[in-house]
Amino acid sequence: MKNPMSVEPADPPAHVAFQVFLDGIVAAVRSVFFYVLIGNYVGMGALAHEVGFSFWWMALSTVLIWAAPAQVILVSTLSTAALFEVALAVTLSSVRFLPMVAAILPTMRRPGVRQRDLILPMHLTAISVWVEGMRLLPLMPVERRIAFYNGLGTGLMSGAVIGGAVGFVLAAKLPPLLSAALLFFTPMAILMSSARNSRTLLDGLAFALGLVVGPVVAAQKIGLDLMWTGLIAGTMAYGVHRLREARRKCVS
Amino acid sequence: MSAALHATLQDIGPVLALILFGFLPNEVWRLVGLMLVHGLDEKSQIIVWVRAVATAMLAGVLAQLILSTSGPLASIPVSVRIGASVLGFAAFLIGKRSVFAGVLTGEAAILLGTYFLGT
Repeated sequence: MKNPMSVEPADPPAHVAFQVFLDGIVAAVRSVFFYVLIGNYVGMGALAHEVGFSFWWMALSTVLIWAAPAQVILVSTLSTAALFEVALAVTLSSVRFLPMVAAILPTMRRPGVRQRDLILPMHLTAISVWVEGMRLLPLMPVERRIAFYNGLGTGLMSGAVIGGAVGFVLAAKLPPLLSAALLFFTPMAILMSSARNSRTLLDGLAFALGLVVGPVVAAQKIGLDLMWTGLIAGTMAYGVHRLREARRKCVS
Repeated sequence: MSAALHATLQDIGPVLALILFGFLPNEVWRLVGLMLVHGLDEKSQIIVWVRAVATAMLAGVLAQLILSTSGPLASIPVSVRIGASVLGFAAFLIGKRSVFAGVLTGEAAILLGTYFLGT
């Protein structure tokens, strides 16, 4: 029998974990990002077809890379640029995953969670999954979060794979301007979801400062724009947050 | 295009090229993120700061996509992209903060704007 005094949440039984995984898939289909990813990857699939990659290569690249900017680089440069330069451009486009993974994984950690349980959530982390995960995970008990996040990520990734397949098949019929317009789904979804999700001063301030600092950093042409934007604007927002907390403690 | 480099891609095949030059350089950042937070919990100050950095980076991605002058989005004029974002955001606010309403309005504005003003 379990110790009734134990405060550590136990692993949910397998059938419950599976049910939570399915809940995650449902949340994915109800998310605006599911449809955004379909639209976005229709554009990507058309691009892959145009360059001459196979249908299965396109699907595999979505499952393995799961990052639209990196995939655009790979698809459009792999057959023409030096392979080392391709790898460099891909890695420079993916720096955002470090802070995203580092911010979301601790919300799933509890005693008894092994590092290898976090490998799938790590791989599934992308902008869409991260934004929805940061919103939904705090609403549920900690022992359900890994299964839910895996379902959410799998569901959203499925939307991307489906979109990529549709785009690949339709490629010849898609006008280029429509493909470009489909890629514009992503910034729209980032803007609206972030505006809805930022409940704290820290979130809202970090986002607003990032919008201002981003173009300023880009204009300096020093490279690694996103990394500097994140470090400068994120640290400024964090500093304001700490000052406010300190003042609140002084008052009380 | 150098013949030797092209041969390299053909030698290793598109799948191995995908793994070595696409998957690995991309995944390394996720792995570093996983290893760095080993043992940290969600209330720790470092994680609060990292979350702010990630959020600011996300805003940076948004700014890049709206303002960038290269890549597949370049065929849509920047003025159309900014205008569509403003319209979409207005619809989001009017529609009781509905993300769907905002995204659909913005996308419709992009399609119309691109059709009439695009290059």
